[in-house]
Amino acid sequence: MSEGLNDHAVVRLPRGVRMRHDAARGGWVLLAPERIFQLDEIAHAIMSRVDGERSVSRIVDALAADFDAERGRIRHDVLALFHALIDRGVLEVTS
Amino acid sequence: MNDMTTAGAGIAPPMGLLAELTHRCPLQCPYCSNPVELERRSDELDTVGWQRVLREAAEVGVLQVHLSGGEPAARPDLVELVETCAREGLYSNLITAGVSITPERLAALDDAGLDHVQLSFQGADAAVTEHVSALRGAFEKKCAFAGEVRKRGLPLTINVVIHRANIHQIEAFIDLALELGAERLELAHAQYYGWALHNRGALMPKRAEVMTALRTVEAAQQRLKGRLAIDSVVPDYYARGPKPCMNGWGRQTINITPSGLGLPCHAAQTIPGLEFWSVREHGLADIWYHSPAFNAFRGTDFLPETCQSCERLDIDHGGCRCQALMMTGDARQMDPVCQHSPWHEEIQTLTLEEAGRDEPFAYRRFARTRRQAHPNAATHQDADA
Repeated sequence: MSEGLNDHAVVRLPRGVRMRHDAARGGWVLLAPERIFQLDEIAHAIMSRVDGERSVSRIVDALAADFDAERGRIRHDVLALFHALIDRGVLEVTS
Repeated sequence: MNDMTTAGAGIAPPMGLLAELTHRCPLQCPYCSNPVELERRSDELDTVGWQRVLREAAEVGVLQVHLSGGEPAARPDLVELVETCAREGLYSNLITAGVSITPERLAALDDAGLDHVQLSFQGADAAVTEHVSALRGAFEKKCAFAGEVRKRGLPLTINVVIHRANIHQIEAFIDLALELGAERLELAHAQYYGWALHNRGALMPKRAEVMTALRTVEAAQQRLKGRLAIDSVVPDYYARGPKPCMNGWGRQTINITPSGLGLPCHAAQTIPGLEFWSVREHGLADIWYHSPAFNAFRGTDFLPETCQSCERLDIDHGGCRCQALMMTGDARQMDPVCQHSPWHEEIQTLTLEEAGRDEPFAYRRFARTRRQAHPNAATHQDADA
């Protein structure tokens, strides 16, 4: 459940979920049991910074540094994506 | 991949490969949707053949491989094939009955890079499991196997085909999945193809049972959100709209039979007049883009007028071609379970009749004799020959 998700939380891909480039269709995908999630550019930018070590707020910082966007807006997008992926069982909170 | 001389114009590359490694299976489930005529061991592709299929699948754009059967573990080269998947970046999903894989072999599969295990249960207890699978001790073996899967940290999905003999166990299946530590539970109502079609009168549940089951599943889905994902495949004979069969013919998935035939779905051979190509003579991309069978029902233009203006056209693509043929004699018809189909009433009547029957299971036995008479006059060949 995404209850443990906050700025200090660390997230990671659970075993059985992999992110890879999809050359045939272009773009990136999350491969999960019986399902494939196609990531748009924003989702990929966020997910490529998930390493199982950085906290949500450090991921937001990193994105804010790399993209010209308001931090609050980025934080909103990051949390929305993480909530959605956690509810679908393809992302988990480690701590 | 973008070369239009290989890729047919407007045809998207496949995402999934259903690799039916063998039709051999230690279980005898009456709901088996494999064809009535099984392919024989001596006709199966060899290791090198399958490895070539997997490589070509990765090249054409496949992302996930479902290693299935029959029982894929009946193939001595299963570990090698999982290794090939991993090497090619393919996500490997092992679809198994879980009664014949030793802890050592599971460890080897895990080390080879297996991504996910889908384990079938026929019943939520020993009695029902044995009644449906006709294999003594199957339930205990499956539970032990699930334990080994979890011990190794491999993700686990429990898959159950639901029908008259186990539809009363929905709650028990959910409890079992939680107890076994599965992340996902698939409750898929029986689909009446192949062997299952011959058992329709023994498998079809009553409407009230189906409705109760659906309500139970919906409540559990809410209750267990984030803990256990429950996927429910509804019984389409009771539905108003057809299922999006295969998510469209030749749209996402390619199926390779044990002997190497490329099929758009695993019941496709029931449709007469289709020309299937084999990986023995053709590359996988060639089969996907150019084989007559794959191009026979691509898109939705061939569907009747009623479908063309339907708001569900892009959702269900007119449903299942095999079911259309089975009921209407014309594979280009809309799926007869659709409420707009002229055959819809007929399906409803048939469903009621079938649900009211009290037929015994016709088990899927791998007889030693070449052809064995079957109560429904169906015959199947010795798959172990």
